[in-house]
Amino acid sequence: MDSIIIEGTPKTPTVQFSAETGVLEIAGRSIPENAVEFYKPLVDWIGEYGSAAKDNTEVNIRLEYFNTSSSKCILDVFKKLESINGQTNITINWYFEEDDEDMLEAGEDYEAIINIPFKMVEIEEI
Amino acid sequence: MGIASGIFEQTNDQRFDPTGVERFTYHLYLLRAQASTHLKVDQINHFIDNIGEANLLMNFAGTISEQKVNAILTDLEQRLEETEPEFKKQRKVYNILVETLQNLYHHTEKLEQYTVKDGDTNRDVVFMLGKTEAEYSILAANYIKNSNIPSLRSRLDKINAMDKDELRGFYKEVLNNGQYSEHGGGGLGMIDIARKSGNKLDYEFDEVNEDFSLFALRIKV
Repeated sequence: MDSIIIEGTPKTPTVQFSAETGVLEIAGRSIPENAVEFYKPLVDWIGEYGSAAKDNTEVNIRLEYFNTSSSKCILDVFKKLESINGQTNITINWYFEEDDEDMLEAGEDYEAIINIPFKMVEIEEI
Repeated sequence: MGIASGIFEQTNDQRFDPTGVERFTYHLYLLRAQASTHLKVDQINHFIDNIGEANLLMNFAGTISEQKVNAILTDLEQRLEETEPEFKKQRKVYNILVETLQNLYHHTEKLEQYTVKDGDTNRDVVFMLGKTEAEYSILAANYIKNSNIPSLRSRLDKINAMDKDELRGFYKEVLNNGQYSEHGGGGLGMIDIARKSGNKLDYEFDEVNEDFSLFALRIKV
C-alpha cells in the first residue's frame, strides 16, 4: 500500500504516513479554511491501512497550532485509529512545546475522548 | 465600506493596507468618520479611544475574502514576531486572530449580497487589532440578520457564564457531538476564542434597520 507524503504549507501540516514502517506523522500548523478536504484522504488511508497494518503503529502529532476547523477532523483521525486498534498496537505521541499549555490541554482533550493511550511529550521546539 | 474603504481602494485594490502603522492616524480619522456616519457602533469609537492611536497594529474595513484573510494573517504574524517578545503570547494571539478572521470570512462568504446602508453590504466587515502594555485587543464586526441574533446572543451568554473548567467541558462536548459545519468547525470557534483568551467575550448588537444589525465582538488577550 502507498504511503502518504504531503509537504507542509503555511496553512497545512506536513504529513507522512508510512504503511511500511507503521509510523504516521502530522507536523506543523493546521489552519486551512476548510479542513475537511485536507483530512478526509488521511482518514480513508487509515481505514485501508487497518487491514494490512504492522504489529505496532506509532502516531506522532507535532502541531504548532490548529484552528477549530481542524479540531473535529483531527478527532476523526483519532477515531479511525481507534477503530483499527485491534488490528495493530497503536501509540499516540502528542508533542507540545515547553509551557505551551494550550497545546497540552488540546492533547488531553483528545485523550479524554479517545480510547488509545496518549503519551504527552514536552519538547523545546516543535 | 463607507469612507475608509473608498480611500483604501484608491491606494490598493485589495482594500488592505499592509503599511497600517505608518498611515494610521489618517485611518483613525477615517474610521471615526465612518463610525459616526455609517456604522453607528459606539464600540468602534470606544475601541479606538481605548487603544490610543499609536497602538493600533492593524485595521481592515471592507469585504473579506480568502486571499485577504491570508494576506492579513501573514502580515499579522510578522508584526507579532517583531513586536511581541514572549513567544507563547505570540502564538496564543496569532491563534485567536486566525479563529477570529476565519470566523468573519465564513460568516460572510455564503451570504447573498444585500445593501444594508449607505453603500455598505451585509458582506462588509471591520477588523482591528490593538496593543497596549497590558493586553491585546481585537475588534471584529460584521452584519447579521436580526432574526439570527437571539441564537447567537444565547450562545455567547452561555459561554460567558462558564468558568475555565466548564468551558473546557463544553469544548469537549461540542468537539465530540458528531456535527459538522460546512467548513468543519461545527460551532467550536467562539468557545475556543473564549478559552484561549481567558476573558469574557465582550459583544454588542447595533440595529441598523429592520433586517440587519451590526455585531461587534471585542476580545482581550
